[in-house]
Amino acid sequence: MKLMLFAPELLLLLGSLVLFLVSTGKVGGKKARAVTLGLALINVLVCLACVRQEGTLFYEAYRIDFFSQLIKLVIAMGFAVVLLFSTELKGIDDDIRPEYYLFLTLSTLGLVMLVSSVELLTMFIALELSSYSLYILVPMRDDRTGLRMQMESAIKYILFGVVATGVMLFGMSYLFGLTGTTYLVALLPKLHQMMGNPAALIAIVMVLGGFFFKLAVFPFHSWVPDVYQGASNETTAFIASVPKVAAVAMLIRLTAMATPEGQAIVTLLIVLSVCSMFYGNLVALVQTDMKRMLGFSGIAHAGYVLLGLVTMQEVGYATSLYYIVGYLVMNLAAFLVICKVSEHGENLAVDDLSGLHKRAPLLALTLAVSMFAMAGIPPFVGFMGKFMLLTGAYKAGHLPLVILAAINTAISIYYYLSVVRVTYSASPEDRPAVVVGGVAKAVSVALVMIIIAMGLLPDQFLQLATDAVRAIL
Amino acid sequence: MDFLIMNTMGFPILSALIFLPLVGALILLCIPGDTAAKNWTMLVTVVTALVSLPLYWNFDATTAKYQFGEHASWISALNINYTLGVDGISLLLILLTTMIMPLCVLGSWRYIDKRVKEFMICLLLMETSMLGVFMALDFILFYLLWEAMLIPMYLLIAVWGGPRKVYASTKFFLYTLAGSVMLLVAIIGLYLDQGTFSIPALMGQDYSTTFQVVVFLAFFLAFAIKVPMFPFHTWLPAAHVEAPTAGSVILASILLKMGTYGFLRFCLPITPEATMIFVPYILWLSVVGILYGGFTALAQQDMKKLIAYSSVGHMGFVTLGIFVLNQQGLEGALLQMINHGITTGALFFCVGMIYERTHSRELDAAAGLGKYMPVYVSFLAFFSLSSLAFPGTNSFVGEFMILVGSFTNNKIVSAFAIPGAILAAAYMFRMLQRVVWGRPVNPDHSGISDLNIREMVTLAPLLFFVFWIGLSPAPFLKVMHVSVTHLIEQVGVASGGAVSVAKLMLP
Repeated sequence: MKLMLFAPELLLLLGSLVLFLVSTGKVGGKKARAVTLGLALINVLVCLACVRQEGTLFYEAYRIDFFSQLIKLVIAMGFAVVLLFSTELKGIDDDIRPEYYLFLTLSTLGLVMLVSSVELLTMFIALELSSYSLYILVPMRDDRTGLRMQMESAIKYILFGVVATGVMLFGMSYLFGLTGTTYLVALLPKLHQMMGNPAALIAIVMVLGGFFFKLAVFPFHSWVPDVYQGASNETTAFIASVPKVAAVAMLIRLTAMATPEGQAIVTLLIVLSVCSMFYGNLVALVQTDMKRMLGFSGIAHAGYVLLGLVTMQEVGYATSLYYIVGYLVMNLAAFLVICKVSEHGENLAVDDLSGLHKRAPLLALTLAVSMFAMAGIPPFVGFMGKFMLLTGAYKAGHLPLVILAAINTAISIYYYLSVVRVTYSASPEDRPAVVVGGVAKAVSVALVMIIIAMGLLPDQFLQLATDAVRAIL
Repeated sequence: MDFLIMNTMGFPILSALIFLPLVGALILLCIPGDTAAKNWTMLVTVVTALVSLPLYWNFDATTAKYQFGEHASWISALNINYTLGVDGISLLLILLTTMIMPLCVLGSWRYIDKRVKEFMICLLLMETSMLGVFMALDFILFYLLWEAMLIPMYLLIAVWGGPRKVYASTKFFLYTLAGSVMLLVAIIGLYLDQGTFSIPALMGQDYSTTFQVVVFLAFFLAFAIKVPMFPFHTWLPAAHVEAPTAGSVILASILLKMGTYGFLRFCLPITPEATMIFVPYILWLSVVGILYGGFTALAQQDMKKLIAYSSVGHMGFVTLGIFVLNQQGLEGALLQMINHGITTGALFFCVGMIYERTHSRELDAAAGLGKYMPVYVSFLAFFSLSSLAFPGTNSFVGEFMILVGSFTNNKIVSAFAIPGAILAAAYMFRMLQRVVWGRPVNPDHSGISDLNIREMVTLAPLLFFVFWIGLSPAPFLKVMHVSVTHLIEQVGVASGGAVSVAKLMLP
């Protein structure tokens, strides 16, 4: 039954082949969407069926364990949700929509492969497959403004991305040079013996850098605002959420490499975490564009996630995983509202949400829940996640970090609250009512439910995350 | 679990109280129509109030343990439990909450005319979280409800508020949230020290003085903002003025009590040594609050603002009573919390009733209403007298006990607090004189109707309690007596060394 081990990847691969064929013909976006959506939903089911599979493939370069399978399930769900609510795909011209779906699927495939990779080159190839697909998605936005903003974003994205990749490859070459192997299994014990060696540290840090870029941690964050702003709303929804889950998964795998003597890594992570939180939150305070604001808030959230990694313990990793999954849900809820409120796929200023509670009550509620959750107000998942991250970091003896993170929570309230304020207090003036389809309504209700359920009953979710992390330690 | 007497009533009464409004809110989502929404909310709040009555009858006033206890595991990974219980400190606050809520619904019957259903849902969610805060015996459960309460309260001000609602609601939210962020860190610190989030289990432990001081300060910031103590009070007038009537009433009657409840439940028993260290400063802050609130209220033209600043003064009396740390002071403070909930709630209802008629809260615009609204001004007069602690009304008993307590503790501080009582008479009589008689020439009030039955029904129960507590406070004091004694023991036991330090710091 080796087939079952590789079933999600195979399915996505076959799906992208179909989409490739579709894109060569004169098929419109509607049909391509139907194919992709079907694919995504089946993919969720397949991932669900394969969630307890275990084994290795391709000369042990590819490992299937509960950790990878759980992340794959989350990625599959995220992919499906993005497709479900981006019904009209407003920002993309109809004739290139099949290609758009093709690259979206390929990017998901890359991420899915990434979380199973336990060999450096496989890891690299999977990461690049996902990244390059995303690079192409950004400039696909139609040029309504005439400013070619999306081109600028795409160039920035690819340049920063390539640099990050270069750094990561350089780090990998160090790892190979030091240990003579690219397999993590063989690499780990050798690396542990030379933890005092600066070269080993630099190697690990550089490899981490590649994933810091994906997660938008502080010095690797500079692509975020422009790409968020330049890419179409649906693309941003994907970029902002799904790859971050994979990035955290890989960070967990790699940080686990540095244990137990990784004091230098811990210090580094603490510094990056604090910088990310402060930078993201402070800059987000002055944003007027909704997507840019969410971009900076994403940087801050990346900082929170690192709180779990600095503990270097199973519980910490599990809470990081729990938090990033929660972030995926909150973020998707916010982007759902953005995609729906944006009339023709243009960017939304915060003020465009004025009086949303009169124009579309359900969307206003979804947005409010998402914002309060991101701000860390109970009873939502953001609170539970932050609380557990803080507890973990405090337990590991990083009290100053905990206090700084708490201060950041207080700072961040302001900009999340101002979104809610505009939604609920401002008058709509002559802004049009928002049309929301039945599917989008169902999805937003489901997302709100998940946000509340994960916040109030975290036990089961945390147990899953702990089981997953245990599978790789 | 020796601190908890499990519930023996046949059904989980505390959970029922918490979840009744929540379930009511969920069902309300599916009820169409404004009138139906009002009726349904009325029904839910009345049923909740009726369900809460057995708490008083079945309460065992001879023990300081937590009663009607419920305990279930919630998040096993962190040893977080769903623990509920009621003692003499929280019992009356719970009853106050359940009694005030039906009146809030009644008081907003006509005041709220748009988005009625959403308003009622917010009220019910408020009730759930407020009751939960007073019952929770697990820190995380407490914190969750404490913070969650901000969302419906924020919406009550931000959606249904007055002209400056955006400013007021944002300020309210930011202040209270910023205050409680460090509370969470302190809670985590306590957890890591003792390995439990159970509030009673964290009391009376042998923490180091430094740790106590830090924890106390984190607690103090959160609760002092909520009370609000001078100088953290600036959010209160804004929030009160802009909130709709029901919002103001909830804010004044119940939300403010959570700050002082926090002092009683957490600061005193968990960090007694730190409490002793900070007592002098807090006493003086209370006195400043009493005088500042009094003088500022004297200068107000807006009636809501006047009552809001009077709240700052009254809550100053409550914190004074708490931190003199003796039986009379603490019992007086606890009784005064209830009194303030009744009286100030009633006064906010009164202002709301004028506002519904004249669409103004200015004292000058309301001048001379006595001629046209005789019933109304009689209610107003009684509540104003109660607010200034006239003998025979409820506040007199509370304030008197607080002052007795504080005189036995510290004569100088109490001497400075006394003018507060006179100030209260000054600003209340000023308001009363204006509203009842006004000037020789008053604005034209012809066509203004007196109170209708609904409004009288809203105010009558509050008036009843004003006199009941004023004339016969024993039934209320007897339920808190043992718990307060126990609380003093908890503070006293662990504070052997620190008392002398505190004495030295007092003038």
